[in-house]
Amino acid sequence: MRAAFGASKGLLPPILLGVFSLAIWQAAVVWFNIKPFIVPSPLSIGAQFSENFATVWSNSMVTGLNSLLGLLLGLVIGVCLALIAAMVRAIDELSAAVVAAAMVIPIVALAPVLYGMFSAAEQTARILVAALAVFVPVYVNTLKGLRQVKPVHRDLMRALAAGTWETTRIVTLPTALPFLFTGLRIASSLAVIAAVIAEYFGGPIGGLGKAITTAASQSNYPLAWAYVLGSIILGLLFYLASMGLEKLVLKGNSSR
Amino acid sequence: MTAIENRVPAAQASDTRNQTGETMTQPLTGERESQSTGGSDAVVVRDVGKIFTTKKGATVTALENIDLTVAAGEFVSLIGPSGCGKSTLMRLIADLDTPTSGTLTVFGKTAKQARLDQEYGIAFQQAGLLPWRTVRANIELPLELHGFSKAARTARSRELLLLVGLGDFADNYPDQLSGGMQQRVAIARSLAESPNLLLMDEPFGALDEMTREHMQAELAHICAETQAAVVFVTHSIPEAVFLADRVVVMSPRPGRIQAVVDVKLGAGERTDDLREDDQFFASVSEVREHLHGTHATGVRGVENR
Ligand SMILES: Nc1ncnc2c1ncn2[C@@H]1O[C@H](COP(=O)(O)OP(=O)(O)O)[C@@H](O)[C@H]1O
Ligand SMILES: [Mg+2]
Repeated sequence: MRAAFGASKGLLPPILLGVFSLAIWQAAVVWFNIKPFIVPSPLSIGAQFSENFATVWSNSMVTGLNSLLGLLLGLVIGVCLALIAAMVRAIDELSAAVVAAAMVIPIVALAPVLYGMFSAAEQTARILVAALAVFVPVYVNTLKGLRQVKPVHRDLMRALAAGTWETTRIVTLPTALPFLFTGLRIASSLAVIAAVIAEYFGGPIGGLGKAITTAASQSNYPLAWAYVLGSIILGLLFYLASMGLEKLVLKGNSSR
Repeated sequence: MTAIENRVPAAQASDTRNQTGETMTQPLTGERESQSTGGSDAVVVRDVGKIFTTKKGATVTALENIDLTVAAGEFVSLIGPSGCGKSTLMRLIADLDTPTSGTLTVFGKTAKQARLDQEYGIAFQQAGLLPWRTVRANIELPLELHGFSKAARTARSRELLLLVGLGDFADNYPDQLSGGMQQRVAIARSLAESPNLLLMDEPFGALDEMTREHMQAELAHICAETQAAVVFVTHSIPEAVFLADRVVVMSPRPGRIQAVVDVKLGAGERTDDLREDDQFFASVSEVREHLHGTHATGVRGVENR
């Protein structure tokens, strides 16, 4: 009850702000007679979006699948490596350098290299780019979470003669879970962004990124913006889905 | 005398008890006259020292020359100013840390073996409940880890919940409980496998005075029922005296045993009436004198906390 109230209270201001900005945008385009190739009006983007809904949808499905597979892959690898790094000091120190590098390198810049490594007709490179983008926040946050185990809990498990795996399962993982979900929440929209931008650099036809470049090259700017709108919605869906999953899983958890 | 014996199941333990006669203190060592190290002793600490080395290379002598024997079924309070090594001593007995020197046995085994064999139950100053588990699941944790059946676990946790007066809170989460209730859950958890030795590090430290006295009476009741030996760390003099058969007074820098005070409060279970007892005040005064390093006798004032 309180959560729903809090959520609606939290949602209202951004919605109002969004509607207000759209109105200003529309008014500005009309009053100053701004050309569509500079900025099209929200109404014309909306019109393009609904007119071309079928193609926006099919391209969204391609990008969405790439993002989802990348998200899952990056999630699994990130969590597993964080678990290992939390147990083995040497791996933690090694990976610290790798992660620092991964945070500095714009991961989508790897896309052209990856396209070269796989057949150009495959989606693999795009999935890998998304996975790499996902890996970093998931790994960093999960590792941080695994370090939050309270000394009194560690003492308790030792006093109970619990083994390493039992301690991990009963204390360490549940402690890390909220942090893992924070990482996942950040990663979810990153996965979509990475998958879309990776399409700019090549690969097969299909996908929102490809559609945006194609429409733009044909000077069909309102259509390009319609695809941009599609990717915004896709990213938002990923974000909301991961947030919903977080709420669902952490429901029985402490801080309520 | 016979009254105290009721709380001590092992024959050997009551022997040592009788030998003490009227001497109420044995300064500087926790040893009884009989140096028995037989299987009836719950904890035997021999000349134990603990030196911590900090990251910068500095050393802290937390404990030095500690000798202490806790008989089976005996309740021993450790008291002393903070930093005198009470927690450290308890952690050594629990094998959460290892001594730098000396030997330490629990029921005739090494501390490590005793821990692996689950010879003791432990309660910390912080309740240390797992916040994502219900009260019931927290109490059942030790049983779950040691392969008890679901039915056995349920039966035992119900029993323990009633014992600590939380029968209606089985399905609540710890953060829905007050500090005192959480501590009671932690105590129930420490009792889950009916250990013959209970280790408690200031378990009531965070509680208000009212709750605290109530919990003390409850613990006294539990101990009378379970006949477990207890090592109880506290910094409250009345609490130490009210609960214990013997109060071990420690002094800091380095942590040493300064004196051991025998508490003669008579009959089996300790009830709140005893807080008005002359013997209670006498022991309280005696412990305080040792703590403050003065040994003037005959001071027997009204206890104010
Ligand atoms: N892990 C540790 N590392 C370094 N010093 C410690 C550690 N644990 C305890 N000490 C030191 O040992 C002494 C005794 O501490 P402790 O046993 O916690 O005292 P008490 O429980 O009586 O307050 C203190 O001086 C404390 O600073
Ligand atoms: Mg302490």
